[in-house]
This record gives sequence, C-alpha cells and structure tokens, in this order.
Amino acid sequence: MKNIFAVAGVVIKELYRRKDFYVLFIVTILICLVMASVNIFNDSKIARYLKEICLLLVWISSLVIAVTTTARQIPAERENRTLLPLLAKPITRMQLVFGKFLGCWVACGLTLLCFYIFFGALSATREHQWPVLNYFQAGVMQWFMLGIVVAMSLLGSLVFAAPSSNSTICFIVIGGILFVGRHLDQVATSMHEPLRAVVNALYYIVPHLEFYDLRDLIIHNWPLIEWKYILLALLYATAYIATFLLGACLVFRRKPVN
Amino acid sequence: MSVILKTHKLRVEFRSREMRQGVKVALNGLDLEVRAGEVFGFLGPNGAGKTTTMNVLLGFVPPTSGEASLFGIDVRQPIARQRIGYLPELTYYYKFLTAEELLRFYGKIFGLTRAEMDQRIPRLLKLVELEHASKRPIRSYSKGMQQRAGLAQALINNPDLLILDEPTSGLDPLGRMKVREIIQRLKNEGKTVFFSSHELGEVEAICDRVAIIHQGELKVVGRVDEIKKAHHSNLEQAFLEVIGYQPQTTP
Ligand SMILES: Nc1ncnc2c1ncn2[C@@H]1O[C@H](COP(=O)(O)OP(=O)(O)OP(=O)(O)O)[C@@H](O)[C@H]1O
Ligand SMILES: [Mg+2]
Repeated sequence: MKNIFAVAGVVIKELYRRKDFYVLFIVTILICLVMASVNIFNDSKIARYLKEICLLLVWISSLVIAVTTTARQIPAERENRTLLPLLAKPITRMQLVFGKFLGCWVACGLTLLCFYIFFGALSATREHQWPVLNYFQAGVMQWFMLGIVVAMSLLGSLVFAAPSSNSTICFIVIGGILFVGRHLDQVATSMHEPLRAVVNALYYIVPHLEFYDLRDLIIHNWPLIEWKYILLALLYATAYIATFLLGACLVFRRKPVN
Repeated sequence: MSVILKTHKLRVEFRSREMRQGVKVALNGLDLEVRAGEVFGFLGPNGAGKTTTMNVLLGFVPPTSGEASLFGIDVRQPIARQRIGYLPELTYYYKFLTAEELLRFYGKIFGLTRAEMDQRIPRLLKLVELEHASKRPIRSYSKGMQQRAGLAQALINNPDLLILDEPTSGLDPLGRMKVREIIQRLKNEGKTVFFSSHELGEVEAICDRVAIIHQGELKVVGRVDEIKKAHHSNLEQAFLEVIGYQPQTTP
C-alpha cells in the first residue's frame, strides 16, 4: 500500500507543478466569467443557459485533464528511463499501475473540487442558493466516471505505443460512448443479423459514461436522485475500473522494460 | 570469500521486428563471479553487452538460457534485489521533483521510516554534493548533477551490492574523481561494487578485478596487474588487443 501511495504522490505533485493544467483551468474559469458578465437581463432562462455552458466546459476540461495526464504517465517513465531505477526497487508492476491510477484519479478529484467550488460560487451570485447535495451527487458521479476514463487511458497507454495516439483513441471512444452509447440498442434493432448482435453486445459491454452525467440536476435544480441509485452507479463504475486496471496489469507484466 | 553476483552460461537473444536478420545474440555463454567486498570493473566496447548483463541481473530482461544470481538467489525472484543499489545509464529523473523529494520517494518504496530518511537523505546529498541544489527541481540540473542525483538514489537503501552502469559518464574530471572517491569509500565500508565503464584509467585506479567482454563473450577476467603482465602493456593496449583491434599501418 505504501508503494501505491508513494507513486500516487509523485503523480499529484507532477500535476500541480505543470503549467498546462493551470492553463486549462484558468481558461475554463475565464470563459465562465466572461459568460457571466454578459448576462445583463438577469432573468432565469439566461442563468440556466449560463450554467449549462459552464458545466459543459467543466466536463470537457476534466476529461481532457484526465486523459492527457494519464496517457503520458507510463510512456514518460519509459522514455525518461525512470522505469528502470524504479522497478529495480522492491515495488511490483501491479503496485505501479495502481499507484498511477490512484494518483491520476485523486488529481482529477481535486480538479473537480476546484471546478465545482468555482461553479457554485458563480451560480450563487445569480441564484442566491447553495444546493450542496446536488453538487455533491453530480460531482461524485462525475469523479467516478473520470475513474473509468483514467483506468481506460492507463490500459490504453500500455497497449498503444505513442501517448498521442492513445489520447486520440481514448477521446474518440469516450465521445462515442457519451453521444451514441445510450442509443446503441436502438441502433441495433435497425440492423441485420450478424451486425445486430455485435452492436447489441457492444451496448452491454461498453461502460455507459452517460449515466454519470447529472448536469441537468444542477441546471434545472431538480430534486436529488435516490442515494441507492447513486450507490449502484458507483459500484458499476468500480467494476469497470477494476476490470481495466487488471487488464493493464496483465499487459504490463508481459512488457519488456526497455 | 563468498560470491555475491554470479552468472553461469548466460545467454540473451533479442528478437524484434525491426531487425531484419532475426535474432541478435547480445550475450553468449557469459560466466561471471563477483566476490563480496570487491570493486569489479566491467569493460567492453559499445554494444558488447554490458548493459544487457545488468538488465538480466535486475530482472528486466529474462535470460534466454543460463542462470544469474545475486546473493545466491536467482534473479527471477524479486527478493534478490532487496539489498542492491542500481544506477542506470542515461536516466532523466522526474524533472518536476527536487533531489530531496526524489530520494524521499525512493526511500518510501524501500520502506524507510521518516526518521531514517531525515537522517540519511541530507548525508547522501552531501556525499554527492547536491545539498545546495536539493530544493531545486531536477529540471534545472546539469547533466553531471543529474548523474550525481542518480548515484544518491542508488545508495538510498544502504545497499550491500551496487550495480552502476557507467557511473562517470557525462562527468567532468573533478566529478569523476569524486565518484571514484565515493566508490572507494563504499569499498572501505565493505560493500561490493559492480560497474561498467569506458574510462580505463579510473578502472585501473579503483578496481580489484576487471572483466572484458566483447560481442557478448567473456574475453578476460582477472586482476588489473595480472592482465597488464599477461599482455606486457598497459590496460588500454591490453583492452584493444583483447577485442581484436589491429593497429592500422600506414603505407
Ligand atoms: N532491446 C533490445 N532489442 C534488440 N537488441 C538489443 C536490445 N538491447 C540491446 N540490444 C543489442 O544487444 C547488444 C548489447 O547491447 P548493450 O546495451 O548491452 O551494450 P553495452 O555494452 O551496454 O554498450 P554501451 O557501452 O554502448 O553502453 C547490442 O548489439 C544491442 O544492439
Ligand atoms: Mg551500456
């Protein structure tokens, strides 16, 4: 366990010492602030519209941070050859994979926390309320969704050689799931047999990241979702995270170090 | 004297798609024995197989056939590496960490307590003369400073056996002398040092015994003075002779 935490600590340090992370963060916040300032009429429709755009930006930025940070972790260790002195020490490859995952995931969580606090403050200036539990539900769900994304990118970084191709593939897969994932079963019904079975199977196999999109809960100030459903969704995410991480460990075990 | 590092008929072949000729034999029946408390120099021209041998000892490359052991334990078992320190060649440590954080990170993996680290890390930084830069990110280090940070991380667990791959590469004459002094000091503390080098002068100065390999095969092993005597020349001449270099005669 201490090895996993040690590796995770280095990942988190890396994230907050890198400039690109701050750039993305500040750009997102600036766009939100500019949007907020053009809202001159101050009616509720515009406030809602504003929240929608801000949350969309938060989603995109957090996905970009999650994928790009994770995708370069192990390739960078290989490139800079730090994998050699590290693996020469009493640490297993499995601990390294889990440590990298934990580090990236916690880093994403911290970023989300910052985003949500900022978002909460911004919308409080308009609506004069703090629906903390709504934020909590949406935030936790988004965090676990990012957990799946991080685990998937980590596996991808071990399968595909170049971090850039891995990031691209991850973005395409994530985008695909978010936009068409929920419609795959309907798509399947319009198809002919062998393909229909494939698309149907795909519908059941892919992690349904769109479940975790609770933006409407905040935008429309909807009542809270029952906690048992949230819990179920988190378990579903945990299963996918575990599967991807085990896959990553298996791939990594067979890989030569240099 | 007990044997700490041993390889027996070690053979390593690389197969890869990039090489059209198929199989590349990097090591061919290598037999080595390093005894407790000695400084052992591992010589050979570029591509001779020095790094490959070390990679086998560290478990990064599986031997195609033959055996290798550390402290009498087969290198395939991770426990064999508990008491070693390793300095790889050409490593660019985490740029965003400071030398002190780097050592803390590696110390944690060895399970050192905070108190042990508080005591050991300043001493190591002083030993490699990085104490003035210990709070600066490694990004701002020169090549020689990075190399010395690498040497410090190899010593973090107070190892009994050091495996150093070209520890003095990239260092200036003063830096090289300092590394020599460190190796000498480790020897006086009773540690075993196994290192590769292209600097025959320094090898001559600090090694108890040396081995010369060429194209994956062991050519000579023995004390420096014995090798010099056998070839009636200095170590450099002996080295060139062993690897089959013919001086060009200009017509
Ligand atoms: N991963 C690999 N795949 C294919 N061939 C390899 C691989 N690693 C090493 N080799 C080959 O094995 C041989 C030995 O290489 P090695 O790195 O051990 O040499 P070396 O003695 O350390 O040389 P140098 O003094 O330049 O560091 C070389 O011919 C090299 O091309
Ligand atoms: Mg080498």
